[in-house]
Amino acid sequence: MPILEVNNLRLAFGGLQVLDDVSFTVNEGEIYAIIGPNGAGKTSILNCLGGFYRQQAGDIIFTGNDISSLSPDRRAALGLARTFQNIALFHGMTVLDNIKLGSHAHLKSGLLDTLLYWGRAHREEMKLREEIEREIIDFLEIEHIRKQPVSTLAYGLQKRVELARALAMRPKILLLDEPVAGMNAEETEDMVRFILDIQEERDLTIVIIEHDMRMIMDISDRIMVLNFGCKIAEGTPGEIQKHPEVLKAYLGEKRKHG
Amino acid sequence: MRIGDYKESYAADEAVFSTPTSRFWLGVLFAAMAAFPFFAGDYLLYMANITGIAIVAALGLNILTGATGQISLGHAAFIGIGAYTSAILTNRFGLPYLLCLPLAGLAAAFFGILVGAPSMRMKGLYLCITTLAAQVIFEFLFVHWETLTGGIRGLNVPAPEVFGLKIDSEFSFYWITAVVVIIAATVSRNLFRTRMGRAFIAIRDRDISAELMGINLFRYKLYAFAISSFLAGIAGSLWVGHLRSITPEHFPLHESIRYLAMIIVGGLGNILGAIYGAIFMTMIPELLQSVLKYFESMFPQAMAFLFPLQTVVFGLLIVVFLVFEPHGLAEIWCRIKNFFRLWPFKH
Ligand SMILES: Nc1ncnc2c1ncn2[C@@H]1O[C@H](COP(=O)(O)OP(=O)(O)OP(=O)(O)O)[C@@H](O)[C@H]1O
Ligand SMILES: [Mg+2]
Repeated sequence: MPILEVNNLRLAFGGLQVLDDVSFTVNEGEIYAIIGPNGAGKTSILNCLGGFYRQQAGDIIFTGNDISSLSPDRRAALGLARTFQNIALFHGMTVLDNIKLGSHAHLKSGLLDTLLYWGRAHREEMKLREEIEREIIDFLEIEHIRKQPVSTLAYGLQKRVELARALAMRPKILLLDEPVAGMNAEETEDMVRFILDIQEERDLTIVIIEHDMRMIMDISDRIMVLNFGCKIAEGTPGEIQKHPEVLKAYLGEKRKHG
Repeated sequence: MRIGDYKESYAADEAVFSTPTSRFWLGVLFAAMAAFPFFAGDYLLYMANITGIAIVAALGLNILTGATGQISLGHAAFIGIGAYTSAILTNRFGLPYLLCLPLAGLAAAFFGILVGAPSMRMKGLYLCITTLAAQVIFEFLFVHWETLTGGIRGLNVPAPEVFGLKIDSEFSFYWITAVVVIIAATVSRNLFRTRMGRAFIAIRDRDISAELMGINLFRYKLYAFAISSFLAGIAGSLWVGHLRSITPEHFPLHESIRYLAMIIVGGLGNILGAIYGAIFMTMIPELLQSVLKYFESMFPQAMAFLFPLQTVVFGLLIVVFLVFEPHGLAEIWCRIKNFFRLWPFKH
């Protein structure tokens, strides 16, 4: 069953056509990968899904509703969460507060509750803390850094905290923009393990962008290949590896260089 | 962390004054605050009162500018709105002071929301200019809406009465200031333990990703404007209760800038910082003045150029301070505390 349907998405900046009539569907519970050379438009797709970019044409159907005209915060509340290619944590906060922030849309305390604190806001914050500890901090093995300001963390750990924050949004679909870019082998392995566990244990749908081909071929159910804003192929890892267009546009290129 | 009752340990972990030591010092602070007026003379009590009023207003600006990142050049105008509201409600409607206090806050919050409304479309410098415009407009109104504000002669109010007691001395007003300061600081602290405070900081740090995390930017900026000007309005009402007279001259642009300086010197976005900053910016000019008075007796003829020097020295202090300690007084305090925590065993 499709959870996300993108139809004929077009996006241009000035004369630059960034996305050219891109359509795809993501099924519930699958890991769907988007690959393509630098500048192909992968991140732009996520930006359109999240509502940060407004497409010129095309619509986005999420869990049966057209969300194309909703504001970013409304889309987040509906269950769309993402991590960023260039980490976008809140540097003035600790790891714990960054993660708590992810739950923002699910908390209910209003202005008065907040100012009085003792009572409803306190109960809510305690419950939140407990849930985050149990379901996120424990799971992602970041107990040791929960009180640290995020700016003091190593790159790999920052990426993990971003994943934690996205999980705290209790999403239905998780959009991961290059989650292992710049990580060493061990960190990559950990991250892959987390992603697979998330998909299995939490029935989450995952859309992932990544340049690490071995990893993508290992974990994806289906892959879409993008080149210069056009979708040039879609299929299982096996099909994509043999696809002539893909070999020409992407993998071939990689082989030549690497 | 993993042993024992989870719930207990997280509750303790989330508490503000979590260790016996910190609770002990909080107790000492309260005791000192309660004992102070019995030992201090009128001058010191006067200083304590104006410092307390500055703390309440600085806590407000700290929420809007320090935590949410919306620079405001109109804070003095909101203090003014609170002051005039309080004075008018007292004089025309005879409302009791304890009612004027929150109403002054609400009036200022209302105008704060109006001034913050353009933040839907503007941010950064542009929004800052709107707050400047608000400052200019309200200053103009304070001067020219004479039927309401008394023009440049301003308004005089009788000494407030609280529970049948006349609050007409520095000593008696001290208690009002102290209680309001404690409430304002507690409320500020509460704010930053919950989702609203986190949302403010997220907007300051990265507004775009804050919105992608589900935060309605416009609504939260308005909250920040409202809470910040509410506290400013309360400070204004305290001002009236304390001085018992107001004129437009009390709320000029450079007063707004002084409040910005307070929270910057104290440490942006930091509650203790706002408090230290308010103390620093109120005490230092007074100290400089006493030093100058001392010199006056020695070189009476040099006064003409020594007095302006006071402002220069003060400005210089701030610059030097920011160059060497960009995170403000709160940071220095942290270091001192950490030093003493390990102190006997360090070397
Ligand atoms: N806000 C913007 N304004 C102008 N051009 C943009 C903007 N965002 C993206 N682009 C352009 O759109 C194209 C696609 O960018 P995008 O970031 O989506 O690529 P990508 O596939 O994610 O690349 P990478 O693998 O390097 O991350 C690029 O040419 C980029 O310069
Ligand atoms: Mg990208």
